[in-house]
Amino acid sequence: MRSLDRLTLAHLWLSFAAFAIACVFGLWQMLARSPWPAPFFTPSNYFLSVTAHGSIMAYVLPTFFIMGFGYFTAERALDRRLPLRRLAWAGFGIGIFGVAMAVATILSGRASVLYTFYPPLTGSVWFYIGLVLVVAASWIWCAIMIVAMRDWKRANPGAPVPLAMFATVANAIMWLWTTAGVGTELVFQIIPAALGWTDSVDVGLSRTLFSWTLHAIVYFWLFPAYIAFYTMAPKAAGGRLYSDTMGRVSFVLFLLYSLPVGMHHLFMDPEHSTGFKFLQMTLTVLVTVPTLFTIFTISASMEIAGRLRGGKGLFGWIGALPWERPMVLATGLAFFMLWFGGGGGLINMSYGMNAMVHNTSWVTAHFHLIFGGTVVIMYFAIAYEIWPHVAGSPANSPARQRLQLWLWAIGMMVMTIPWHWLGLLGQWRRVAQFDYTNPLIAQWGPWVLVSVFGGALLLASALLFVWNLAQAHRRPASAVDAFSFARALHEHDRAPRVLNGFGVWNVLVAVLMLAAYGFPIAQFLIDDRPAALVHRTSGRAP
Amino acid sequence: MAARTEQDVVRSELRWSIVVGLTVGAISLAILWAGLVRFINPPSNIETIDPNSVHLSAEFNEANLGTRVENGQVVTRVVATQFSFAPQCVVVPANRQVTLRFTSPDVIHGILVTGTNVNTMVVPGYVAQVHSVFRKTGDLLMPCHEYCGLGHSQMWATVRVVPEDDFKPDADGRALCEKP
Repeated sequence: MRSLDRLTLAHLWLSFAAFAIACVFGLWQMLARSPWPAPFFTPSNYFLSVTAHGSIMAYVLPTFFIMGFGYFTAERALDRRLPLRRLAWAGFGIGIFGVAMAVATILSGRASVLYTFYPPLTGSVWFYIGLVLVVAASWIWCAIMIVAMRDWKRANPGAPVPLAMFATVANAIMWLWTTAGVGTELVFQIIPAALGWTDSVDVGLSRTLFSWTLHAIVYFWLFPAYIAFYTMAPKAAGGRLYSDTMGRVSFVLFLLYSLPVGMHHLFMDPEHSTGFKFLQMTLTVLVTVPTLFTIFTISASMEIAGRLRGGKGLFGWIGALPWERPMVLATGLAFFMLWFGGGGGLINMSYGMNAMVHNTSWVTAHFHLIFGGTVVIMYFAIAYEIWPHVAGSPANSPARQRLQLWLWAIGMMVMTIPWHWLGLLGQWRRVAQFDYTNPLIAQWGPWVLVSVFGGALLLASALLFVWNLAQAHRRPASAVDAFSFARALHEHDRAPRVLNGFGVWNVLVAVLMLAAYGFPIAQFLIDDRPAALVHRTSGRAP
Repeated sequence: MAARTEQDVVRSELRWSIVVGLTVGAISLAILWAGLVRFINPPSNIETIDPNSVHLSAEFNEANLGTRVENGQVVTRVVATQFSFAPQCVVVPANRQVTLRFTSPDVIHGILVTGTNVNTMVVPGYVAQVHSVFRKTGDLLMPCHEYCGLGHSQMWATVRVVPEDDFKPDADGRALCEKP
């Protein structure tokens, strides 16, 4: 096993082990909210569980997956040794230390503030410091990705950076911008409050800073799924990528439009004017553009593969695709869930219509479907695809892999369709239990129980996933072909300079962020806004 | 589709870009129309209040909470606090515009009224204001929908929508929830 593969494996195993544990918490939370009894139920256990589930799914699973996959991509796509390997291991060390610190604090019950923090509520400072360490580890990864691309460009002047690496660096740069919001909130507002250095928090400002991060973080999670769509799925299907340029354009658009849109999480907030809400809503609409481009390009790439395999007619190529291959199957299932999740998202971001669904189960359904469904199913497919190369032996048989993917997609639909409906009925979020003796709430009961069944399928799928990956380590190493990414239909030996680097795009991000967030943040510093007293959830002095 | 030459690819992409442009344009126009023509805008009155002295303020002191008719306008004031609302029940007339005003003396809360589009965050330091017309009579649930601490699940109030004729404010313009 090459040392880089050990680095990738370490990151992925940390990510997936945490993920499986978080799925157990998730199912238990669904039981607590259902008409059925949940063992060990108390409100404090419930919010401890929500904090653990959210923090792991939002900060541990995607961050370490992206880091591990990024290291793999940097070495395989650029076909050269990863620079700064010791620093990468140091980053992993800092990250795992941060995870341990945050998780231990959550499990002690002293940080039940959910992964979105909600100051002036404050938990133990060790929770926040643990998360800051995870972010610091990810910044080390960002730096290594940027350096790796720069070194490669120096060695290959004028040559286009391979698409997989171009996208990975786009994500690294976007993540550096993204974490500025939550980082500022943690360092200047929450950690001083948790330490007892300050006794009040400007809540309007803290919500605004968190919103800076809150949309782009989701695109940070989503990038690997799109990287797989463009650079892995066409090859797995036996075809070629329809257009490499369209991939570059889409990834650049994600970098641009993921950031100046976070205020769509604050539509229902009283501290911002309709003007800036409307501006950021308009920019949010533009986020659909790269996704619609991607749907087109990947469908066209799949059509090429299907026709090469003998598919005829308008839709005959779909049946001709090699659906038995996990990467192709996962791509199909991800696209299916993307239609529902994306459609729901359009309603969420629709400014006025948001009032209908804000903080109802509709929103929970939306992000479980789009992140847990579309994105995480691609994490599974990527892991299966690269496992023979990093673990030395394939994951469990393709049949077991397909079973796991189907279970996940079906479980996700069975769980989230009732949630969408319950949201429209008015079921609100973040409560530990409902009073099913109330007639209004009693009618939700059957829908809630259906969703619990979906959750059980998801937990079964998560455990099967970990089992499938573990099988590779029980088998002797087997010889595999060298890994390669999908090739484009028409390849170029040069790329336009703007689509081969990020200089000009960083300037544009800065301009957009200044326009979208300049005044909304400055208003808190110009006016003297009333601050709210700190409330310690643990009830103890810092 | 034809993809023999690179021009074929670019042509198909341009055609698709037109579809994307039209889709995005249609969505934007629908939202613009709802906002500008139908006045469907999110609650956005940037109106501050000191959260540490809410109970002493002229508007949100205990005696002034609940529903009151002021110059013909129905205004309902509620304080959201860990882990209850004050008052726990408010009465409003059906088919009349009602202005709901909320604030919090402690942490972040949020409310929705089931079966309606009344929805707002209640952020300490601010007054959140929503206008609505309730069409159906009966008791509606108004829960706190934002995590505010371990008692969050127990935090909910009732909005009692009564027929316009049964809405009888006293001489001071105040209307209270009667015991059912």
